[in-house]
Amino acid sequence: MSGTAPVLEVEGLTKSYGGVHAVRGVSFSVAQGEIVALIGPNGAGKTTCFNMLNGQIPPDAGRVRLLGEDTTDCPPRVVWRRGVGRTFQITATFSTMTVRENIQVALASHASRTFNLWRSMPDFARRDADALLGLVDMAGYADRPCGELAYGDLKRLELAVALANNPRLLLMDEPTAGMAPKERVALMRLVARIARERTIGVLFTEHDMDVVFEHAERVLVLNRGQLIAEGTPASVRRDPQVRAIYLGEGLLYEGGQHEGANG
Amino acid sequence: MSFYVVQFLTGLASAASLFLVASGLSIIFGVTRIVNFAHGAFYMLGAYMAFTLTERLSGTVGFWGGIVLAALAVAAVGAAVEMILLRRIYKSPELFQLLATFGLTLMVEDLVVILWGPDDLLGRRAPGFRGAIDVFGQNLPSYDLFLIVIGPVVLGALWLLFHRTRWGVLVRAATQDRDMVAALGVNQKWLFTSVFAAGVFLAALGGALQIPRDAVNHTMDLRIIVDVFVVVVIGGLGSITGAFAAAVLVSELNAFGILVFPKISIILVFLVMAAVLIVRPWGLFGKAETAPRRTPGSAVRPWRPLTFAERVAVALVFAAAASLPLFGGNYAISVATEIVIFALFAASLHFLMSAGGLASFGHAAYFGLGSYGVALLAKLAGAPMLVCLLAGPLLGLAGAVVFGFFAVRLSGVYFAMLTLAFAQIAWSVAFQWVEVTGGDNGLLGIWPARLVATPARFYWLSLAISAALVVALRVMVFSPFGYALRATRDSALRGEAIGIDGKRVQWIAFVIAGTIAAVAGALFAYLKGSVFPDSLGISLSVDGLVMVLLGGVETVSGAIVGAIVYKALNIWLVSQTELSKLVLGGLIIVLVVAFPRGIVGMAELVVDRLRRRAQLSASPPSAALAQDIESAK
Repeated sequence: MSGTAPVLEVEGLTKSYGGVHAVRGVSFSVAQGEIVALIGPNGAGKTTCFNMLNGQIPPDAGRVRLLGEDTTDCPPRVVWRRGVGRTFQITATFSTMTVRENIQVALASHASRTFNLWRSMPDFARRDADALLGLVDMAGYADRPCGELAYGDLKRLELAVALANNPRLLLMDEPTAGMAPKERVALMRLVARIARERTIGVLFTEHDMDVVFEHAERVLVLNRGQLIAEGTPASVRRDPQVRAIYLGEGLLYEGGQHEGANG
Repeated sequence: MSFYVVQFLTGLASAASLFLVASGLSIIFGVTRIVNFAHGAFYMLGAYMAFTLTERLSGTVGFWGGIVLAALAVAAVGAAVEMILLRRIYKSPELFQLLATFGLTLMVEDLVVILWGPDDLLGRRAPGFRGAIDVFGQNLPSYDLFLIVIGPVVLGALWLLFHRTRWGVLVRAATQDRDMVAALGVNQKWLFTSVFAAGVFLAALGGALQIPRDAVNHTMDLRIIVDVFVVVVIGGLGSITGAFAAAVLVSELNAFGILVFPKISIILVFLVMAAVLIVRPWGLFGKAETAPRRTPGSAVRPWRPLTFAERVAVALVFAAAASLPLFGGNYAISVATEIVIFALFAASLHFLMSAGGLASFGHAAYFGLGSYGVALLAKLAGAPMLVCLLAGPLLGLAGAVVFGFFAVRLSGVYFAMLTLAFAQIAWSVAFQWVEVTGGDNGLLGIWPARLVATPARFYWLSLAISAALVVALRVMVFSPFGYALRATRDSALRGEAIGIDGKRVQWIAFVIAGTIAAVAGALFAYLKGSVFPDSLGISLSVDGLVMVLLGGVETVSGAIVGAIVYKALNIWLVSQTELSKLVLGGLIIVLVVAFPRGIVGMAELVVDRLRRRAQLSASPPSAALAQDIESAK
């Protein structure tokens, strides 16, 4: 942590579905240019947490502040305008457009040209779009239909789209899910490099611990909706509770009973 | 007081048939995810069948037996339809399913006229329920009381069926998760067929039970289906309780609407529907559709603007079209004018459907509003043509602003049903508000200014306006707005995550499409010199859909070709046969099942293949192989 103002501050974030407490009182922050991993077993509430951060679902309680401004009840499009890029667990791209056009749509939106009815989009900000594609090593794919890309390429395209608004913060929900091991490492190295070059804060969820421990400067551990550990990769790795969740089934079971009694 | 009670009871009695038909539609949708447009046709068939059977079979047993037999016979027809037609289109986009079942409706309408004749048929009174009873000094037919009872009885019977039988449990399971039911080893095919037959049985029973109350005729299908769509939009598709509650609500609104707004009673239903949609967009008892399904227009091959050579070709075609008056006679010119106007109408709908992914089943509303805008300005205000042409379409724009605001809150089948209901409301107002619109007699004597009064000049005017607007639509498709619209269609989630307000984009697209349709309507009013409620009607909306489909939904401008072919075919067909609906319905079904890409879509595919083959033969073998692998991906 470099001491500058945080790009993201979360306080007491809470969400329940019926009787299930998906996220309970989660608080943390991400500093400028900091790479933070949010880990936890399946069903820990990572994605729910993520969806509250960019306004996709409204939290029951708690606040989200981006760059000092409260964005708790803002829809995703407003959060994006504040400088947040988002990638999804299952990629969301525009499958009937070319790769370049996918970027151009984001660039046009960033330039507030969405309601322009007459300009030619295929010529809009071509150079910027190609530069972004170059950044994720996809310059050769610009004119390919997005619908026929391989999954790993879609993930990289999503990253380029997420970078189109010069974000201060990237929210990446399982950026490497569904990719081959080699590709995973390459993609996360790419993300880390871009983030460092442009001082972008990154918050990502991940199941691959190699990826987490290679890149994260700080790790947050979520279990049953609660933040149970936070710190450097080394300290989290030593944390007995974290070890219990990931390794010791017996301890997890006890912990689970305990939690259940509380909740 | 007593009058209100009787009015209330009459409303409840009307709710019975509405509930039967709506619950059938809901059950079918729950399992098969098809909104069966032909449900009104099955209702009508039930009534005709019951009429014939109750005439032949005598006595109390004969009458009631005839009613049930009629419903069973129609259910058997439904099962056959499911096996022959629907099984082929379960995987198609919703639009195609709606269109195919609408095609079926058209065919049934003509078949009914062939079998039973065009006149209204009066059915027998129900044995045991011939008289009337006294309610606070007012007469209420005792048959109405029977109907009031039958609604809750059927609701209870359906509850037992779905909670106490193995079949019912399977249906409920399939409504929640079809794939899981299939994975558990249930034969999907027969489950679907039986569910469809059951739903059709309910519709036919609803029709059969109407015969002691109402005359049977060949237009009752569309009347009921629009009411049913309103019911399921309010009650929520897939919910039987919702269908019951909403059927009662809509029937009562109709019964009392006449007292509140005697001339435009349908307004009350519209206001309630709008209120429900604002509070609960998926209906009172409905659940939000989780994953939106594939909409037409999502072909993999990305669109591109025309090349220079293609633009030259289009300019040549335009020049050829403009030279028609030099060698064509007046009849040819007026037919060509009509085609040009409908090409514009189809292009506006196509913009909404292909770029927006929004299949409107009521696009004629805006066409008709444009026509009425012109007619009212010309007749009531005596405005000159230029003013009428500029200001008339504003009525269509206003309609699109209001209806579009609600419509874009929904998607897929809900959007289709809602747009249809809105169009029907606009039609009813034009039909009922005789003082202003002239009702069924329409507004006559709308003549163009002397400058464009000859057929040739009016043709040139129409061609120029249509061509300019079609070009404008194309520019919009390739503008940032057009891309934002397509982005929302492809992935609303991603669009929102990059700052695009999808609902607003869709709303504006709806208004643009509606306004351009209104311009087409304004021209049409001058072409015909008159305006009738038909220009807001369902059949014109469907004509538009067929033009788009025929041209190719997944193309940029296929609707133009579709409109030309369809309109020419239609004019020729009407002059050749009395059974144009039968032929048209059959054409729609064939298109959907065998030819879903449309004319332009097929042409593009063929050109693409030829180009690829040329590339393959021109390049060395290894490169050709790579190309092959590429294209196989």
